[in-house]
Amino acid sequence: MAKPEDKITWKDVEPGAVVTEPGSACQYKTGDWRSRRPTYEFEKCIKCALCQIFCPEGAIKVNKEGYYEADLYYCKGCGICAKECPTKVITMVEEKE
Amino acid sequence: MATRLGMEVSLAVSEAVRLARADVIAAYPITPQTHIVEHLAELVANGDLDAEYIPVESEHSAMSACVGASAAGARSFTATAGQGLELMHEVVYIASSMRLPVVMAVTNRALSAPLSVWGDHSDVMAVRDTGWIQIFVENGQEAVDQVLCGFRIGEDRRVLLPVMVHIDGFHLSHMVEPIEFPSQSEVDDFIPPIDLPYRLDPKKPVTMGDFAPPVVYTEVKWAQEIGLEKSKDVILEVWKEFGARFGRHYRPIETYRCDGCKVLLMTMGSFSETAMTTIDRLQANGEDIGLFRIRLWRPFPYEELRQTVRDADILIVLDRAISFGGPGGPVASEIKAALYPLEKRPKVVGFIGGLGGRDISTTDFEAIVRRGIEIARKGSSREFEIYGVRE
Repeated sequence: MAKPEDKITWKDVEPGAVVTEPGSACQYKTGDWRSRRPTYEFEKCIKCALCQIFCPEGAIKVNKEGYYEADLYYCKGCGICAKECPTKVITMVEEKE
Repeated sequence: MATRLGMEVSLAVSEAVRLARADVIAAYPITPQTHIVEHLAELVANGDLDAEYIPVESEHSAMSACVGASAAGARSFTATAGQGLELMHEVVYIASSMRLPVVMAVTNRALSAPLSVWGDHSDVMAVRDTGWIQIFVENGQEAVDQVLCGFRIGEDRRVLLPVMVHIDGFHLSHMVEPIEFPSQSEVDDFIPPIDLPYRLDPKKPVTMGDFAPPVVYTEVKWAQEIGLEKSKDVILEVWKEFGARFGRHYRPIETYRCDGCKVLLMTMGSFSETAMTTIDRLQANGEDIGLFRIRLWRPFPYEELRQTVRDADILIVLDRAISFGGPGGPVASEIKAALYPLEKRPKVVGFIGGLGGRDISTTDFEAIVRRGIEIARKGSSREFEIYGVRE
């Protein structure tokens, strides 16, 4: 595992800033961008997976109970899942902090 | 065994690219660069050069294709001028920032509007800060030599940077000159096969041209700046080796009869040979004046410049580009900045001339020198003057 981004010095940078570590993009916390977060009323969920299909980030995973739920490390809070959900499971709420 | 041939400089540049065994050439024809890429197309079509020739639809694509080819590990070449260099501008930065050793010949040309296909250094100065190694040449032999050196320097693992070779449009690109070509085996000995540390290779995947958030962008840019600064050691090493192999020697600052002179004239590019004739004439009259030229424009040769002007009282600089609304020609401004920290420094007098293909003759240079000395002694109300403009 490479150094955390805020510990990288200019001497650590490969020529041309080539990234040699595969899959390092998954460390990037796009959840930081979020101003609204999805909340769920799973009792309405029919497990159709439309939210997962429409999610532009691929941030929606299946939880232990088999429901579809956003991984907040990556979810940018765009609200597309809430818009597309046919049974209105998802409500977007303001992030408090 | 070297061969001496009379050849148009543009065609000679193409022959140098053939000798360097370029793998990929992506180019769009533009005056006055056209003959270079036309001849390369011929060389590839006739089987004299085993390369991919990509006839792209614009210069933006030409540089993009070179970036892609170089990322795949291929030796890549393009050539352009003036508007073409402007159109590829954003990708020019990308080649250097991704540390891809593309070599590009630029047949320096004025910028529109009004349309001018003729030479000056406006196109060069617009790409001054793009992070490329930039070398000026004064004649066809130097153009051939520096294209060869360009591949060797850029591909060195201690450098990994693209190289621009500046060849004055028409005044140099279209001259027929006697040029000595090294043999294929001599060039093969001088330029080893390209072997870049990172390549687009499915067997060993890497990410190139990634994005950088604020937390790392500064570190990446500093690494790039240090890379360009440090390339100078390799440039000097390669020029030294080139001199030992081929007998032609290159330096970051080239001097001409300037040791101990109190007045110095500075030029860049092909006008320098005309200036030499003026210096000969003035020295024959007993005048205390010498000439130097900046060959290595980037990385800028601070130490050599300071050393060269140490005895001078007056330094007259000819720029062939306007920095509109700025403090003078771009070269004069940089020279002033480079000399500012010195306690003893010459008075720098800037002239702009030779715009859009206008000649500067030996007598013109004499007039520039006379006026320059007058300004240095009596002062001027202007930061710089433009030579030869009709009032």
